[in-house]
Amino acid sequence: MSATTSPAPKKYRARKRITAGAVVKNVSALVIAAVFVFPVYWMFSSSLKPQHQILTKDPVFAFTPTFENYTTATGVDLFWTYVTNSLVVTLGAVLVALLVALLASFALARMKFRGRKGIVLVVMMAQMAPWEVMVIAMYMISRENDMLNSIPVLTLIYFVMVLPFTIWTLRGFIAAVPVELEEAAQIDGCTRGQAFRKVIFPLLAPGLMSTSIFGFITAWNEFAMILLLNKDKESQTLTLWLTQFQTAFGSDWGATMAASTLFALPVLIVFLFLQRKAVGGMTAGAVKG
Amino acid sequence: MTVDSPGTATAGPQDAPGRAARKSQTPPAPAGPKEVRQPSRGRRSLPGGLVPYLLVAPALVSMALLLLYPLIRNVVLSFQQLNRKEFITHETVWIGFDNYTALLGDPDFWTVVVRSVVFTAVNVMLIMAVGTGIGLLLNRLGKKMRLVLSLALVFAWAMPIVASVTVFQWLFDEQFGVANWVMRTLGFSGYEQHNWFETGFSTLVISLLLLVWGSVPFVALNMYAALTTIGSELYEAAKMDGANGWRTFWAVVFPNLKPFFLVTTFLEIIWIFKAFTQIYAMNKGGPDRASETLPVFAYIEGVGQFHYGVAAAVSVLTIVMLVAIMSFYFRLILKQEEQL
Repeated sequence: MSATTSPAPKKYRARKRITAGAVVKNVSALVIAAVFVFPVYWMFSSSLKPQHQILTKDPVFAFTPTFENYTTATGVDLFWTYVTNSLVVTLGAVLVALLVALLASFALARMKFRGRKGIVLVVMMAQMAPWEVMVIAMYMISRENDMLNSIPVLTLIYFVMVLPFTIWTLRGFIAAVPVELEEAAQIDGCTRGQAFRKVIFPLLAPGLMSTSIFGFITAWNEFAMILLLNKDKESQTLTLWLTQFQTAFGSDWGATMAASTLFALPVLIVFLFLQRKAVGGMTAGAVKG
Repeated sequence: MTVDSPGTATAGPQDAPGRAARKSQTPPAPAGPKEVRQPSRGRRSLPGGLVPYLLVAPALVSMALLLLYPLIRNVVLSFQQLNRKEFITHETVWIGFDNYTALLGDPDFWTVVVRSVVFTAVNVMLIMAVGTGIGLLLNRLGKKMRLVLSLALVFAWAMPIVASVTVFQWLFDEQFGVANWVMRTLGFSGYEQHNWFETGFSTLVISLLLLVWGSVPFVALNMYAALTTIGSELYEAAKMDGANGWRTFWAVVFPNLKPFFLVTTFLEIIWIFKAFTQIYAMNKGGPDRASETLPVFAYIEGVGQFHYGVAAAVSVLTIVMLVAIMSFYFRLILKQEEQL
């Protein structure tokens, strides 16, 4: 933590002057940034290398990019089925969760009723549910009820997986919208419903966004459930396609990295793109002062 | 704030600690946003009664069906003998606590328990230490550098787990992996074709690296977001009293962010303890089942060995351990809830 020693620059020293502390600070920041980005960079660059420049003892850093790995990866049987399944399952789960959560979180944040605390507690505990450890029971239940290899069932499971978290987050966001705003709208002649739609809902946009990002990522990432529940090729998602890719293609690391990139890209884009908007600045501005 | 604090996006799940920290910093601030405490206002227009229950009902019903019921079934299964024969014939054979007694008397099970605990402990310590360090660093950087570093962290954070597992397998590939090249370049011998997945231990080390790499951004960015809530007066006061960086951390930062540290540590413990994908997808718990932690053990015991009853018992025991850890976490969160 050498960087922490820098906070006492002499006052009379010119500001622009580069201190040893500043150098240490910035260099370590760069090194750390490089370490954290490297695996992502390596995935991306490997995916663009021609075969003979991937399988080398010493890594190649300069190369002419090619898309042949992507052709291999997407040329797999049923690739588009996997894409569709992934999208249906993920988006379906997130949308249903948003809808159900919006209702519940409004009640939890803005209404007083018997059992409210208990429900908040339940939501909190459900958020920590050890899904990874529950696969065996889920499998048995699905098997008994003939629900294996079903996309709707998987969507429902993912929906409940992201639901508690969605309620929890939205509840926080709704609570952060000052009642005063709602009251002002009501004084101006809005009904409570209108006040919600016209005042709270627009202010909730960043909350809805960040919530759906995390819901999306959770569902997109899910592995343990689908590994056991959907063994049928037709009902698999990109998650399984990716883990089986390497086994199926031996050591075709270029294609495997292309597959990984394709799998990671939607999440990376969504994350980078929506992230800044999701930063709760909007409400912060409304509450202060 | 909008430019350089990607971490605040997490305000969602984690906002409790952040808010608590902010509160403790300015105690007299009017507790504006949380209106639950002001019973007389806003709620008047509502007929009360059933409405809140109707709003909450869909959520509760779906959680009961798809979360509570499987949990109960899990416990029920753990009292059954459910091996290959019963699995195929759909027979129900009750054997009471036999699965549990068998497990608790099985040294292999205890090996896995110890392995899981040590794995989690080392992981969480590393994540918290590195995450805190980077969070502090972020707080001291200039605007541009901070953006660079937080972007790098966001990349690692946003990487889907399964994709990152394949990437790490590639990095540590026996023949063409970068890891071997790095070791050779650093002058170590024996890394011509070093098999990183040769032992359970080294497989777990790679899973550990992956988990640390993937979890640190969360801690660091949240740490940074929490740090921005500490008033600069406090730092100045510490500086005037002649405190150095180390001392400032323990006297100013840590006490102020204690709720943040506690909550994050417990969250990480819970997440790491039940981590499945990062370990199973890495090497399927192998070689020779030597990299199995509890969730992986349960899975392989069931699916691989056809001992579904035993597997259910393992998951029940794992859940019990998790619940024990979580009870601390919930107590923390509830304390903060009451303050709000």
